[in-house]
This record gives sequence, C-alpha cells and structure tokens, in this order.
Amino acid sequence: MDDPRATLTAEQLDALGEELDALRKRLMDDLGEADVAYIRNLIKAQRALEISGRGLLFASFFPPAWVAGTAALSLSKILDNMEIGHNVMHGQYDWTGDPTLASSRFEWDTVCPADQWRHSHNYIHHTYTNILGKDRDIGYGVLRMSEQEPWRPRWLANPLYALALATFFQYGVALHDLEVENLGKREAQRPRRELLAGIWKKVRSQTLKDYVLFPLLAGPQAPLVLAGNATANLTRNLWAFAIIFCGHFPEGTVEFDELETAEETRGEWYLRQMLGSANLTGGPVFHILSGNLSHQIEHHLFPDIPARRYAEIAKEVKAICERYGLPYNAGPLHRQLGSVFRKIVRLALPGSGPASPASSRDGDGAQGEVATEPTPALAAG
Amino acid sequence: MFRLTAGRHSDTFGKQVFTEMPSRIAGSGLVRALTFPHGPERFLELVAPRFALDEVRAEVMLVERPSPGSVTLHLRTNRNWPGFRAGQFVNVTVEIDGRRHTRCYSPACSEHCDGRELELTVRAHPHGLVSSHLNARARAGMVLGLSRPAGEFVLPDPRPDHLLLISGGSGITPVLAILRTLADEEHPGRITFIHYTQHRREHPYRELLERLSRDHPRVGVHVIGTREGVAPGGAHLTRRQLSTLDADYLRAEAYVCGPPALIAAARAIWEQAGAEQRLHRESFLPVTAPVSDEGGRICFTRSGIEVASSGLSLLEQAERAGLSPTYGCRMGICHTCTTRKLAGRVRDLRGGELSGEEPQDVQLCVSVPAGDVELEL
Repeated sequence: MDDPRATLTAEQLDALGEELDALRKRLMDDLGEADVAYIRNLIKAQRALEISGRGLLFASFFPPAWVAGTAALSLSKILDNMEIGHNVMHGQYDWTGDPTLASSRFEWDTVCPADQWRHSHNYIHHTYTNILGKDRDIGYGVLRMSEQEPWRPRWLANPLYALALATFFQYGVALHDLEVENLGKREAQRPRRELLAGIWKKVRSQTLKDYVLFPLLAGPQAPLVLAGNATANLTRNLWAFAIIFCGHFPEGTVEFDELETAEETRGEWYLRQMLGSANLTGGPVFHILSGNLSHQIEHHLFPDIPARRYAEIAKEVKAICERYGLPYNAGPLHRQLGSVFRKIVRLALPGSGPASPASSRDGDGAQGEVATEPTPALAAG
Repeated sequence: MFRLTAGRHSDTFGKQVFTEMPSRIAGSGLVRALTFPHGPERFLELVAPRFALDEVRAEVMLVERPSPGSVTLHLRTNRNWPGFRAGQFVNVTVEIDGRRHTRCYSPACSEHCDGRELELTVRAHPHGLVSSHLNARARAGMVLGLSRPAGEFVLPDPRPDHLLLISGGSGITPVLAILRTLADEEHPGRITFIHYTQHRREHPYRELLERLSRDHPRVGVHVIGTREGVAPGGAHLTRRQLSTLDADYLRAEAYVCGPPALIAAARAIWEQAGAEQRLHRESFLPVTAPVSDEGGRICFTRSGIEVASSGLSLLEQAERAGLSPTYGCRMGICHTCTTRKLAGRVRDLRGGELSGEEPQDVQLCVSVPAGDVELEL
C-alpha cells in the first residue's frame, strides 16, 4: 500500500485541515452544561470510590472488605488519572471558568507533578506526536519502540524494560520530563535540579499518604492497608501503561522525522495526528476507564475538547478518513495490545529491517490497511 | 419581611452541619496530607456545596420577585464572608450553561443584618446575560460564588448628622443599604432620600420605603417617576427640585448612585456650588469597552508594562514587550501559555469568538486583543 502521507495533494491537505477546523468549531460552540455536569459527576464518583475504598480497607481483617476496598481505590486512581486528570489538564474544561476544573491548577493522584506533565505531554507529545527524536513518548527513553533506533545489545532486554515500565509506570511518567536518557548530554534543556525538586516533593506527599499515614491510621491492620494501597497503585500503573501504549504503537501507526515535519500546514499537522494514533474499540464503561484515550485519534485531533465528545464525532472522523483514503486504525484492546507486545519483542532483536507487513483492520472490518514499512523519507533521515 | 432564619429550611439542615464544621479540622496538616493532592475542600463540597476553606460562597435561601423585571435574592454565606459596609459592592459568580460569569452587585440590606445574610436585588437588563439569567432561573438552593466586598462608597464614622441620599434605577441598592443601616442605627439626624425610577408603582422597594418613612419620621422619602412628570420641580435632578425636597441640601453629606446622566447632573450642581467634597458618587453601570480589534492598549499588570496593541497574538506582543511568558505549542493545543486576563475582551484566532469582559484564563498564543486588555503577566 502507498505511504498514506504521500497520497494527498496540497489542496486536499488544506481541505482536510479546513474540514477538521470546522468540526472543532462546531464542537466548541456546542459545549455547555451537560459537559460540566458530566465531569463533575465523574469527580463525585471518583471521590466516593476513594472514600469507600479507603474506608473498606480499614476493615481489611475481613478479606472481602480488603478486596472490595482495593478494587474501589484502584478504580478511583484510574478515574482520577485518566478521565479526570489527564483530560482536565489538557484544558478540556478551561472554557467553564471553574477554578477547580482549570488546567493550570489541577493536580492528580500520581507521583508526576502536574506542571511537568503538562510540559512533557500536552506540549512535547501532543505537538510533536510520533516525530522521532522529538516525541519522547516513543519508548519513554527506556524502550526501543522504533526501527529507526539503532539496535544495541542492551535492547535484548526490551521486554523486561517494558515489564518494569508497566509496573512502575507512574515513576516512568514522573521522570519523563527529566530526559533520563540524556543524562550527561547537553541536549537536556530544562533545569534538572528544579524538576527533581518538584518530583521529590510530589513523591514524598504521595508516599506519605499511601504508605505511611493511611496504614498507621489502621493500627494493627497497617500491613494490609499498605498492601491494598500498593495494589491499587500497581493496578492503575498496569492499566495506564496498557491503554497508553495502545495509543501510538500498534502496527500500522506511522512515524515521522523532523525534516519532513519542519514546516507543516494545519492539514499536515492533523494528518500526522491521525496517522500516528490508534483507537481501541469497546463499550461506554471501557471508554471512560481508558480516559477516552480509546479515542486516541479524535483526542490527538482535538486534545482540548471534552473527551466525552470523542465518541460522538468518531463516526465523522472515520468518514473523513475514508473519503481521503486514509487509514483509521482501531481494534479491541487484546488485539492492539498483542500487536504492541509483538513489536516490543521484535525490536528486542537485531535487524532493523522492515517488519512483516501486518494488516490492521478496524473494529468493523471496514477500511484500514496500513503501511508499516519505513518510508524513503524516514530511511534517509 | 426581608429577614429569614435558616432553620425554616429543614432540607438544608444537613448541609448546615458540614458548613458549621470547624474549618480548623478540615484545614489541618493531617487532613491535607490524607486528602492530597485534592485537599479536603474537594471532598467536603460534594456534600456541602457552600463549604470552602477560603472562598466565599453563598446559598440562595429565598427568591422574591418584587416587581416585574427584578429579582431579590436572600443569601446565606459561608463562614468566610467577612461582612460588608453599606454601599460596598461584591462580585457575584454565576454558572450559566456550564460557564462561569462574574458581575458586580451591591447588597441592598443593612450592614447590621445577621453577619452571614445578604440581600441582592438584580434588575434584568435586556442584553444582560447574568441579570436575565438570575431573573429567570434563580431558585432556593442555588450556590453563588462571592468576592470579598470592596468599594469606597461608604458612610464615614462617626456618621454625618445631615444626609442626602440619591439613587437612580438599579443604583438604589447601595444607597438603600446606607439608608437601612442608618435606620437600624436610629440615626438622630435628618435624612433625605430621593429615588428616580421610570414608574413609581413598579420599583422593587416600594413597600419597604413606605414602611421606612412611616417608622422613621426623620427620614424623608421621595420616589420620582421619571416617565410620569408629576413630581415637584420636574422628573429629573435639578437645583430647583433639590431645594424643594431639602432646602439645606448643600450642607448635607450627599451620596449618589445611578446611571451616568444622574451622576453628571449631580456633579454639575455640586461643583457649581463649590461643594463637590460633600458629594460621594458611584456609577453602577459597568464601563463597557468598545468591541473593536483596532487599536487598544495591553497592560501587563505584574510587570507594569503597557503597550499599544499591534494586532498580533498576545503571546507575540508580550514577547515583543520584553516579557518571557511560558509557552509550548504556539498553536492553541497545549494550554501552557494560559494566563489570567483581568479585564477587556480578546478574540480567538481560530474561530473568531469574542470573549467576555470579566476576568478569565486565556490562551495567549491564539488570542488577539479586541480593545484594551489587562493581563496578569
């Protein structure tokens, strides 16, 4: 199949940009009470889950209470980080003028400080999505996630790195902005000492709450509460890792290089967001638990529009893709995750040649054959 | 008539318990550590919408519609309300279709009313989003955000003996607060109160004023219908009219609040008599900046820099003025450059939408000034 980047003329790209801008404007004009009510109800649900989870854990001597409490706290952390924190910090609710929903003031229940997240994610990842050497979400600085990254023997442990990153994902996210892989190099741009101080402060508060204060308050049940809190953090880590890695790494998502994206038009920027992202299919509850990152394509087109709207426009975005002959990469979690794991294992081995062309079809089995071969532009870059 | 005890609302009793809960416990270091990073407020407000550690919030306890086009709200504030002085104003934040809007209103009650009760009267303006909304939709149980009170339009201590109070239209509220405060204090001196309204039968405080003038013989109340033309000395503020209603008017401390024409008339009279130091005035109409993308000045309040707008994005203009605001994508997606706009309107470069005038967060990289703008930068 042709490289989807090369199939559109400049006029088509401009038309694509205008069409998506118009879609964005239509959504923005339609925002209102229902969107605020939705996020507030979700926040209420999260707070209720957190209170009941921590409450139940105080009755940990009764095993079902420990299980229920840990499950509630896990869900609370997942909702807090994904559908609430991630989306609020994107500025999805800035239009409300409500300071408790303001992107610049929101803080979330994870060790990554909100301000550093807004830099590494909202700015770096969302602006330079899938541009090798710029988008630090490609491999998080610890994994080999691209053929363009030259193989070295240490990549043999790629699956182990992935397992470690998944287990301690909140720390991986927290250290993201530090650019650990650039330690000792000059490229690191932001003052590290300042970043480290911020991370340390946040880690301390999170640790104090989950691993000292709540266990101590539980008296003799301290070990059980500590285990419950640790399990909740682990569950959130694994879930967030799985969802996030399905966003840009399933077979079929396209990488870009700095040269070809140096002077992008609006249309080209939209095109890169669509080609670089992949969706997950599933029901409404699954979408909420994934923070609507299951609509990664729609999210990358309009990162600051309330995520509950993505499902509503998914059909339209897919129709646009079909009209322009572009892939719309979507599949159920198990398939996308399987595809990501195969990539992690494949890239552990030497030989950076093209992978066997995998076809990735969307949930309805309609359009969606996509290219995985590095393009000449990439090979040259 | 205007007083109300919270106890009458049994459904709010549960909320009261939480609201009265000592903020000390909720604000303690331990509770903050346990509720990190959201803080205790974000949990407590779920059950007690009025609860806040610092913010002032008020719950609407009773809604009255005393005259067509006006609504009177009886509020009960949380414990953070510091009380107010008659004549001051407060910024009221209301949520309409998911968006917060802030407008300035003067409480109309006496400053001696129960420390946490407050009365606001809002007249619906034909194009006023907030005033129309409150008139149509205000109901008991609604929670409003309040600022701390501000304004210099207040009575001095000790009170002047002879007072002249003048108001026009919805400018009655701060003046009425002053009058009711003086009435509560059993003010021994003479008070003349003149209120201009289009039709005397329709103004929202008719009954209250009748009662006040009955109960306080030293208070002279004169309500003039500007569309009726039957008042002594004409329908508008003139020297002749003033001397008819209070022969010694230039010796009184005068307080006037109303539309710009009334303020201008009062100013001319007092200036001509060389008594302007006795005239205290407050214009209740907001100064509306003309909506125009041409010209305008940008004031960066933190750095104290002011520049003439060049029509570029606020981010570029700030940078050209020598400031270095934090920024990211420069295309409106990452919200890194989001900054508080304190006053004025901006236009969004992407869709061309015009913002409101009230303080709000704006994205510098995709906003251009529309007229004068003040930025917290």
